Formats: sequence, C-alpha cells, structure tokens
Amino acid sequence: MTSLPETTQRKMGLVIDLDTCVGCHACVVSCKGWNTENYGAPLSDQDPYGADPSGTFLNRIHSYEVQPDQGAAQLIHFPKSCLHCEDAPCVTVCPTGASYKRVEDGIVLVNETDCIGCGLCAWACPYGAREMDAAEGVMKKCTLCVDRIYNENLPEVDRVPACVRTCPSGARHFGDLGDPDSDVSKLVAERGGMDLMPEQGTKPVNKYLPPRPKDQMDRPAATAPKPDGQIDVLAPFLKPVAEEPKGFIGWLDKALEKL
Amino acid sequence: MHPAPSVIIFTTLSGLGFGLLFWLGLGMPAVTGWVAFAFFAIAYALAVGGLLASTFHLGHPERAIKAFTQWRTSWLSREAWASVAALVIMGLYALGLVFFDARWSVLGWIGAGLSLVTVYSTAMIYGQLKTVPRWQSPLTPALLLAISVSGGALLAGQVTAALILLPIAAVVQVIWWVRGDTALQTSGTDMGSATGLGGIGRVRAFEAPHTGNNYLLKEFVHVVGRKHALKLRGIALVLGYAAPVVLLLLPFGHLLALLAVAAHLAGIAASRWLFFAEAEHVVGLYYGKR
Repeated sequence: MTSLPETTQRKMGLVIDLDTCVGCHACVVSCKGWNTENYGAPLSDQDPYGADPSGTFLNRIHSYEVQPDQGAAQLIHFPKSCLHCEDAPCVTVCPTGASYKRVEDGIVLVNETDCIGCGLCAWACPYGAREMDAAEGVMKKCTLCVDRIYNENLPEVDRVPACVRTCPSGARHFGDLGDPDSDVSKLVAERGGMDLMPEQGTKPVNKYLPPRPKDQMDRPAATAPKPDGQIDVLAPFLKPVAEEPKGFIGWLDKALEKL
Repeated sequence: MHPAPSVIIFTTLSGLGFGLLFWLGLGMPAVTGWVAFAFFAIAYALAVGGLLASTFHLGHPERAIKAFTQWRTSWLSREAWASVAALVIMGLYALGLVFFDARWSVLGWIGAGLSLVTVYSTAMIYGQLKTVPRWQSPLTPALLLAISVSGGALLAGQVTAALILLPIAAVVQVIWWVRGDTALQTSGTDMGSATGLGGIGRVRAFEAPHTGNNYLLKEFVHVVGRKHALKLRGIALVLGYAAPVVLLLLPFGHLLALLAVAAHLAGIAASRWLFFAEAEHVVGLYYGKR
C-alpha cells in the first residue's frame, strides 16, 4: 500500500560526512557490485565499453566548488543516494503499490514484480535517488542493503550497507536515526547534521555533516599566532624563501623593468 | 523534463477526447442515431487512443492493470479509475442515443462529470509534483481543463461556447507561462539548499558523478526543446487559440471547421511540448543545470 506509515519503529539511515569524504567513488563501485548480484534485477549498463556508456547506479558522487565571499574556494565531494525520507513523495505517487516504506525500519523499497516502470516516482523524488533500469524497465533505488544488514550468513562486521563497509575514509555511518542515543544520532547532534532541500518537506532520514573550515592557507601572515593563541610551528619553514629577487636575477629583474 | 512523444500525444488527444465527451454528455449537440455514432466514435478514438499511447512509455505495460490499486494516494491510479468509469458510463449513454433513440440524461451528466474528473486527475499527476515548481500550481489543472473543454466545444460544434472558452483558455495559458517562468526561483530550492552548502558560499558544480549521460539527465534535464520556446509559444497561441476563433467567425463550412480543429490540435501539441520541455526538475540543480 502506498500510504505512508504514521511512524516507523526505527529510522535506519546513513550519515554522510562531507568533511571527510575524499571523492574516491569506492562506495559507488561497492554499491554497484553488491546490488547488481543480490536484491532484485541487476544494475545494467548500456554500451559499457563503447563511445557512449551509461548505466544504473544507486549511489553517485558529485563534486562541488564552494566559493565564500572572502577566502579560498573549497572543494566538497558529495555522495548522494536515497535518503529514505519519512514523508517520501516517491511512495505516495506510485499507482501500483510497488513502492513502499517499511514500518519496522523505515526503509523505502520497490517490489519489482509490481513495478510497471511508469517513472512517476523518479519524477516525484527531488534528489534523483531513483533510476529506471534501461534493460529491465523497472525502477531501481538504494535498499540500504536490506539483504546485508539483517543477513546472519555474513560476519557481523559486514552487516552494514556495502557503501559504509567499503568507505576508506570513514565518511559514511549507518544506524538508527530514530534513537537519540545511537552513535549516528549523537554524531548528527554534535556536528550539526543537515537535511538536503528541507523546503521540499520530504523529511529525509539520511543526514549530511557539513564540512569544517579548511586550514587558512591564504592567511595574510602565516607566521602570526592563530586567533586561538596557538603558534603554527611549521609556519617559519613554509615562509616564502625569497620575497625580493637578489643578485643577478635581482639585477635582471630591475633592468627589464626599466626597459 | 524530457518531452516524450507518447506522453504529449496522450495528454493532447485524450484531453480533447474527454472534452468532446463532456459536451456530448450534456446533450450539446443533441444528436441521435448515426450522427451520434460518428461523434462518439471520434471521442472514443481520441480518448482511448491517447490512453493507449500513454502505455507505450511504461517499462512493463503488461502489468498496467495493477495501476488501479492505489487510488487512495496516487493521482495516476485515480486517473485510471476515472477514465474507465467515464468511458463505461458514456458508452452506455451512447448505446441509448445510437440504437434506441433514447436520451438517458442522468447517465450523460454523470459521464460529463467523470470526463472532467479524468482530465483533472491527469493534470494533478503533474500539478502535485513539488519537484517541478513550474507545474506545482492550481493553474495546471485549470489550464488542462480549459484546453479540454474549449477544444471539446470546438469539436462538438458548439460555436458560441467555443468562441467564449477559447479566449479564456488562451488567457489561462499566458498566465500559466508567465507564472511558470519565475516558479523555480521563487520555490526556494537552489543549489545551496540542494547541497546544504549554500551557507558557506556560492555553490558551483565542479565535477558530475560520471563522464557519460545517465537516466536522470535524459529524463529531467532537457534543454534542447527550450531553445525556441518563445517562437513555439507564439505558434501555440496563434494555432491553438487565435486561428480557431477566426475560422469560427467566418461563414460556416465543414472545411473551415475541420481546419479550425486541425489548427487547434497542432497549437495544443506545441503548447504541450513546451509544458514538458520547459519544465525544470529540481534534480537538475545537483548537476548545476536546470
């Protein structure tokens, strides 16, 4: 039934740390690897070795340049997959009941044998989390690796989504965001975890941790004490070697200047 | 949004078909026998033809029957019910008119109402989507209903009604366009809110997730069709609304009426192309596009 549950017992989801993600795309590869051979239809590729390759992915990594009013621009790698929204617009628009949100853990899933491939759920999703598989004609989306997290055939350490398990920089965290005492909830509280497109009213379960300010590489005086009183011990070594050219180069510089 | 031909044909033809059924249900024109048969045949060809065209874009058309199950939440499911109900009731009504020379008026009124409900449901499939600010407005069902009823009047030979309704539809169309042009900006969704990084500074898409194309870009970020938007708007206004009015004002002739209908259909098809091609889905913002 495509009516959304009033509440879910748990809110399983991801917390993605934009401060530590290095943009290596390992989670993309592990996601595609696990999900192409497990839950539902495989994630097909079209023309994979040809001139115009494309394919179905449940997790994609964008990179953004953010330019503050003052100071250097920051490059931020930005993983994006289904946010398992509490108020998931993709579920209610489904005409067949193929899309549903689970009461027990809040995971949004597609029952592929009921999906007619009309694409309306992908239209309703603001995040681009759903992709129609071009070979199967059914809608694919992140399952939060529902076939891993409860899978007692796997060692306990592997009972997390494939993307979380593989992330080399620890930028992805998995847990119950409905429990205020869970590690992920504490992390969100401590780091000011945020919603994407809150104005769309989807109430995403997944949270993003904002990037922290980078070191002030373009600070005017690198040797000056930092505002917190600490002295940067490396600063003297990083000072420019020669402010003004001296010797022959200095003479040449002045001579050419006068020409 | 990608302007899929199947969806443009579906919404254009079935809108006109249900518009004609609306007028036939009201008994305007009050036809019976073979003339009624001809009118109903045209209406059903348009409405059913459009509905069939809409199944061409499904990944699994063989499961289409399942689309009747979720009427509680889904406008697409409601549309399926409304269209079948309208076609069945109007079929019974047509049976009386064609074969028994009998007008079961109540059936006709119910059928006319259901025809409008069908068009409204179709419009709400688009009008409900927060992800496409240009569509998310009560003006969207208003526009599609205005086009359907005025086009139906034209096809039903209701000259006076068409002369009043076509200019009204044209006004709704222009208001819809003008409102839509600023809808994305005023929606509050931009790259800053999409990425949550707007508080730090100006956000620019540095690198896309893949070097190639993908489903999202093909389906939601269609920019080619917007290139000639202004010209197409002119064509839609002239062919869809102005030309039929002028042709109706000329001394009546079947050829002129046919010409008016053909011009109207071509104009509405242009308008419907723009309906999709100009619609900006917010997911484009993640790619730095709109």
